[in-house]
Amino acid sequence: MNLLELKSLKVAYGGINAVKGVDLRVGAGEMVALIGANGAGKTSTLKAICGMLHHGGRVLYRGEDVSNQPSHELVARGLAMVPEGRGVFGRLTVAENLEMGAYIRRDARAIRDDMDHVYKLFPRLAERRRQTAGTLSGGEQQMLAIGRALMSQPKLLLLDEPSMGLAPMMVEKIFEVVRQVSAEGVTVLLVEQNAKLALEAANRGYVMESGEITLTDDARALLDNPQVRQAYLGE
Amino acid sequence: MDIFLQQVLNGLVLGSVYALVALGYTMVYGILGLINFAHGEVVMIGAMVALTVMNALLGAAVGLPPSLVLALATATAIAVCMALAFSIERVAYRPLRRAPRLAPLITAIGMSILLQNLAMMIWGRQYRTFPSVIPVTPHSIGGASITDVQIVIIVVSAAIMAGLLLLVQYTRLGRAMRATAENPTVAGLMGVNINRIISATFVIGAALAAVAGVLVAANYSIAHYSMGFMLGLKAFTAAVLGGIGNLAGAMLGGLLLGLIESIGAGYISDVSGGFFGSHYQDVFAFLVLVLVLVFRPTGIMGERVAERA
Ligand SMILES: Nc1ncnc2c1ncn2[C@@H]1O[C@H](COP(=O)(O)OP(=O)(O)OP(=O)(O)O)[C@@H](O)[C@H]1O
Ligand SMILES: [Mg+2]
Repeated sequence: MNLLELKSLKVAYGGINAVKGVDLRVGAGEMVALIGANGAGKTSTLKAICGMLHHGGRVLYRGEDVSNQPSHELVARGLAMVPEGRGVFGRLTVAENLEMGAYIRRDARAIRDDMDHVYKLFPRLAERRRQTAGTLSGGEQQMLAIGRALMSQPKLLLLDEPSMGLAPMMVEKIFEVVRQVSAEGVTVLLVEQNAKLALEAANRGYVMESGEITLTDDARALLDNPQVRQAYLGE
Repeated sequence: MDIFLQQVLNGLVLGSVYALVALGYTMVYGILGLINFAHGEVVMIGAMVALTVMNALLGAAVGLPPSLVLALATATAIAVCMALAFSIERVAYRPLRRAPRLAPLITAIGMSILLQNLAMMIWGRQYRTFPSVIPVTPHSIGGASITDVQIVIIVVSAAIMAGLLLLVQYTRLGRAMRATAENPTVAGLMGVNINRIISATFVIGAALAAVAGVLVAANYSIAHYSMGFMLGLKAFTAAVLGGIGNLAGAMLGGLLLGLIESIGAGYISDVSGGFFGSHYQDVFAFLVLVLVLVFRPTGIMGERVAERA
């Protein structure tokens, strides 16, 4: 069953067409990678899915048309996004950021349990829970952004370049958690410029170029694909 | 009589009201980046509604205790002002959310003029006497005197401000307000209905404004359709002085401005050899505004303006 399906998705900024009719599907429980060069339209695609951008075409979520619904309604249906650049609330503490992630929930006790779970995934956040998020390092902010997204108990997690600007060790740690989250049953759509990393973690992948999907296959197959190797794996 | 202590007391009374009103400016600015120039008029409407309710209750001669009359009048004023601010945001500001910043600013000024004229039509051009239900008998402390109304102003303002700080700091709504002020798009991704938060911000500010209106009118025993204008400008000055967008800043700015005005007015005559009288009090507020804008546009506690610029 498809959890998410994009049908001829289109995004334009003024006269510029950034996404030109993308078809894509993410099955329940899958991790799907969307890779592509700078400006390919990956972020625009994610933003359109989660209601941050007006779009043409259709977004189906659990079989229902949720095109152009406001973000706050989609969160309640189990869709969470870790935006490009993390988007943590810098003036709020780490704990408050996590509480914001659970904004749609009312089950105080379960929220506390989930918060402990996040602190277990990222012990560095636990040490800094009373600190304002603006004082965290880039990597810690990425951890917080992911932890915050998990606090909504998502069914589908959209990740926009979680490795961006991070040291290799930190990238390792982040991807370890992403894999773990996926193993716990959360469906993941992962946007990455680091194609190797993304394809190694994912089940399937899509390659995007200038607003269009040019290639899609199993992640393994894409890793072996000569075109992909040349264009995105630097070989 | 100790003149300095007296001016400090007067300044605290004045400043408490400025602070209450300044909070409304600063909360809306913090979330929308909009200077809601109609906010002063909401204060005036609060005073006028309370006046009407009190006259009706006292006129009906049902023999209600004065404090209950005042409480009922204030509650009505709060309700009306909340509804008014909610509507203003929906009708005048929301459609312009994506417009260039000048558009909502001009709309705010237009709304201010509209409300003044509306109030003039409803309540007349003349000064209206605000029923004195709180005794104005002065008490003396340390050589200065303070009336019951003034004590009420200080206590009520302090309690409301403490309540607001607690709300913003410790409740789910308050957290959502802070998150939305910082990044509305991401707040939306957390499930926050931003329009609701914006409405809540206007409505809370209006409740404070209504209380401020009642307090000022009770203090001077007078209300007038134009009373919100100068008060609004001063409170706006207080918000800028404290650092617009910052709640604690608005409180501090309000109190400071009240003190500056009051102490300034107490001594200006002596300092200028009798050339300027205490009726030059209003000059201080605008002197402060100009000085702050020139030398520290971010205000005492602000950083937001600099960040946005
Ligand atoms: N707000 C905007 N206004 C105008 N054009 C935009 C805007 N945002 C993105 N674009 C354009 O849309 C195209 C796709 O951008 P997008 O951010 O979706 O790419 P991306 O694949 O996420 O790139 P990157 O890997 O660099 O993050 C680019 O050409 C970009 O310049
Ligand atoms: Mg991007």
